[in-house]
Amino acid sequence: MSGDITLARFDDVLEHFDPVMGIEVHVELNTRTKMFCGCATTFGAPPNTQVCPVCIGLPGSMPAVNQKAVESAIRLGLALHCRIAERCTFARKNYFYPDLSKNYQISQYEDPIDQDGYLDVELEDGTIFRVEIERAHMEEDAAKNTHVGGATGRIQGADYTLVDYNRGGMPLIEIVTKPITGAGARAPEVARAYVAALREVVLALGISDARMEQGSLRADVNLSLRPKAADAAAQAKVPFGKRSETKNVNSLRAIERAVRYEIRRQGALLAAGQLVTQETRHWHEDSEETSPGRSKEQAEDYRYFPEPDLLPIEPDRAWVEELRAALPEMPAVKRARLKAEWGFTDREMLAAVNAGAVDLIEATVAAGAGPAGARKWWLGELARVANEREVDLVDLPVTPVDVAQVEALIGAGRITDKLARQVLAGVMAGEGTPEQVVAARGLEVVSDDAALLEAVDAALAAQPDVAEAIKAGRVQAAGAIVGAVMKATRGQADAARVRELILQRVGA
Amino acid sequence: MSAISRDEVARVAALARLSVPPEELDKLAEQLDSIVEAVRVVSEAAGGDVPATSHPIPLVNVFRADEVRPSLSVDQALLAAPAREADQFKVPQILGEEP
Repeated sequence: MSGDITLARFDDVLEHFDPVMGIEVHVELNTRTKMFCGCATTFGAPPNTQVCPVCIGLPGSMPAVNQKAVESAIRLGLALHCRIAERCTFARKNYFYPDLSKNYQISQYEDPIDQDGYLDVELEDGTIFRVEIERAHMEEDAAKNTHVGGATGRIQGADYTLVDYNRGGMPLIEIVTKPITGAGARAPEVARAYVAALREVVLALGISDARMEQGSLRADVNLSLRPKAADAAAQAKVPFGKRSETKNVNSLRAIERAVRYEIRRQGALLAAGQLVTQETRHWHEDSEETSPGRSKEQAEDYRYFPEPDLLPIEPDRAWVEELRAALPEMPAVKRARLKAEWGFTDREMLAAVNAGAVDLIEATVAAGAGPAGARKWWLGELARVANEREVDLVDLPVTPVDVAQVEALIGAGRITDKLARQVLAGVMAGEGTPEQVVAARGLEVVSDDAALLEAVDAALAAQPDVAEAIKAGRVQAAGAIVGAVMKATRGQADAARVRELILQRVGA
Repeated sequence: MSAISRDEVARVAALARLSVPPEELDKLAEQLDSIVEAVRVVSEAAGGDVPATSHPIPLVNVFRADEVRPSLSVDQALLAAPAREADQFKVPQILGEEP
């Protein structure tokens, strides 16, 4: 697409420059109704079926603030350690585009509801990186435009545009960071980890579905480079460079890639003595590139002014404290607690987190299994199956209760680890609970010594030379007989017990 | 000396997507200036002890419960659309970029 763009090597850029990021995340709230009207917010409804005079901007219509959306904004602010404004107002952000029927978006400008917070972000190696939050404010979403015709289906060359206002007026919270400095070569990882951590907080609060692929969580990444200084104190005095704002970054992976790409693109420009243009760029998931959009200086003049149709909000302090007291445990705090409770090592906990298995292990433990056993199944056999099927662990057709039951069966000596794999396979094949699978498939361990002895005798008789060797003291030769017995019992014998019986039998 | 310059009028016109012939810029600057002048009288009347407000009634915290109310039908919604295709508003090709 943009074949004339030169990219520098990432490491080369980082040798000479210090990246500075600013991340804006839009979270679409999961309230039942829109921000300023009573229209439903169901995702995927047929076009223009969830619209009314307010959200299509008919003259004379009046907005009314959704209290639940305000509550969600306050709860998010509290979770991000923000100050909740004593008084905040709405403002009109004016621009002309068909996705805004009123020619302005109702947003907040000078006095956002959430101010000055932070989010501690855990990086892959366990390092904690603090991202400072500048503000989080409430606003309404824009409508969905579909550009029809033209060569590319995008804006350039489109013949006309179709507008669906269902999304128009949906409640959004936009969370804006302060400039993120000091990340250095880890900037791409920090950006990704921040959005991932923010998404976890939003999910823990239950205020949004936060599905990046559906656009209910969207990230814009600002990035600039400044000359690298000798130390942190000197670095802090170096002014920021010109920044680009990359939009349309719709997956965690894309955030990391987009930051990396912009570091390399801007690095190449600066190394060649050229200037970075302050502009909006679009991320293209297919080609993993950004391409220029508007030039910022020209476009960013929204002529904000106070929204005369809405009254100020002065969140009642008792209400705020009530919401604070009722906040759920935050994911990072919860992970630290569980790690201690479960006695996992850093490595084990990290593996559980990366596999998306923490909640599953927690539920399995709650259903009666030991933490080590729960971890073994979710990160072992089940992770293998999930990987094979290319699905997430949580989407496997097996529940924590099933896994706990399998562990109980093993603990009672009724099945072995090996049989447990077959039991889990049966559960995932829809054959019922582990108990039902064991019964239906006849997987129970053969614990009847008489039956085992019969198989042992047969195996010894079939391999007299091995029997002699064991008798002569070569105990390890018993392995061959154990194997034969296991085969004869279709794996349903307890190998340790079989070994004991063999040794008894030959009198070794 | 007018408070509103010719350039400002051109800029605001561009932001508002209005096409203003160059020969009208000075006249509009003058007219806008007199409007701003009239409003200035109000800011003189309000002393420093009067807080700025966007609303004449001192009310706060007027909320709506998060309860779904009926929407318009698609046909009602599209009644005043300049053009329609299937159940969507159809508008001309858009110049420039999405904000």
